[in-house]
Amino acid sequence: MVRSDGGPAAVGAPDRSSRGPVRRRARFWLVTGNDTILVLVVATALGFDFTNGFHDTGNAMATSIVTGALPPRIAVGLSAVLNLAGAFLSTAVAATIASGLVDTTDVTLTVVFAGLTGSILWNLATWFLGIPSSSSHALIGGVVGATIAAAGSSAVKWQGLVSKVIVPAALSPFIAGAIAALGTYLVYRLTRDVPERPRAHGFRLGQIGSASMVSLAHGTNDAQKTMGIITLALIANGTLHTGAKSPTWVIASCAAAIALGTYIGGWRVIRALGKGLVEIEPPQGMASEAASAAVILTSTDFGYSLSTTHVATGSILGAGVGKKGGVVRWHIARRMVVAWLLTLPAAALVGAVAYWAAHGIGGTPGVVVIFVVLVLASIAFFIASRHPAVTPENVNAAWTGSVVPAPHPTEAGS
Amino acid sequence: MNSWINLNALWKIVVVGLLAGAGLPALFAIGLRLLSPPAPAGGSATGRSAAGPVGYALAGLCFAAVLAAIGWGIAVIVNHS
Repeated sequence: MVRSDGGPAAVGAPDRSSRGPVRRRARFWLVTGNDTILVLVVATALGFDFTNGFHDTGNAMATSIVTGALPPRIAVGLSAVLNLAGAFLSTAVAATIASGLVDTTDVTLTVVFAGLTGSILWNLATWFLGIPSSSSHALIGGVVGATIAAAGSSAVKWQGLVSKVIVPAALSPFIAGAIAALGTYLVYRLTRDVPERPRAHGFRLGQIGSASMVSLAHGTNDAQKTMGIITLALIANGTLHTGAKSPTWVIASCAAAIALGTYIGGWRVIRALGKGLVEIEPPQGMASEAASAAVILTSTDFGYSLSTTHVATGSILGAGVGKKGGVVRWHIARRMVVAWLLTLPAAALVGAVAYWAAHGIGGTPGVVVIFVVLVLASIAFFIASRHPAVTPENVNAAWTGSVVPAPHPTEAGS
Repeated sequence: MNSWINLNALWKIVVVGLLAGAGLPALFAIGLRLLSPPAPAGGSATGRSAAGPVGYALAGLCFAAVLAAIGWGIAVIVNHS
């Protein structure tokens, strides 16, 4: 699809202006080189979108899965459809995540590529450990790190980074948590003399509604970030002019990638969020997802693209605090917060290293080598995650202190 | 200070978040409560009693308000520029 934007015509057209074989080969190499890098950048960006999808499934669906409101596979399927719909619903925001954070004149295709590499690797590492870390922060960290490596720290708009990313990230879990705690307290108080059965039934239905809203909001927010990155790459390559809107194929492929990722389901993160943090009942699930949806949607309206992960985790903790006698495993929450603090610098470091490596090798071969390393690392993470695997079948197993459930006699071998 | 943190947006997010994030679940809970009023003292052994027509109407009103709010939320997403 990328090649239809003019690349092959330029490559294939007879080169009348050339004065000799050397000159012609040089131009040929230049054009194909850029096209190769562009294709790899687009592939890597869609790969990031995919990890974004499965890393964040739990934000919307973890509570519905653990309370039994929805069977696991139905839950991720519903979330995937709503992410897909959300990605198409609002494409006006498709502003690049990089603008306002880094000086876009310093952003080259290699910088974008290295940044994406850093964010994918950090996303995979945290998913493997079952830590719901922010995909948005991984993306921002990776791009910022690669930009610093390429153009020095003066290319980073630090004030934009603090006011648009760090301050909202520090505040949003507390705001969402407070709202969820109040909501949880209210729903338990108001329904305290409603019999257990109709109450659980009613709140399960409500939970499906509020979780659906979070999925929709996630689709509108997070798919846009990848659309913005690919559009930025196309602009950097000269395929699109500055200020162009995302082409339809970019919107469609990003929507498909995030939906597919969501459907695959990050069962490790779902389990950590739904079982590890708090033992959740339907009223708590409904209150926490409602708080998440409300905070994400209102902030989006004010132009803050919050991390869905931070908000959802804060809400789940709040739902644990708001219920009298609720169990909150604070040591797991601490572990998650440590991962949040590490996400920006860690993704930045990997992004910078990827840039140095790609730049050191130079040109197209450098990018190709890093791409191969990235693919191999992803495969390694995937293989490691199969032994033992967290699946829809054992995601709800009793929490025994780790994200990987204790082997159950009847479920062995999946 | 204002360039580092937007207090004006912050308090609005907190207020709207509280109304939608905690208020709507509370409204939903009131609806559920109206559908299953507490059993009258010495009532049926099952402890479950049906809501009267007024209860159903009020509960329907609560749920309709929640649905309207969700519709508003979707409109916010779609119209966001």
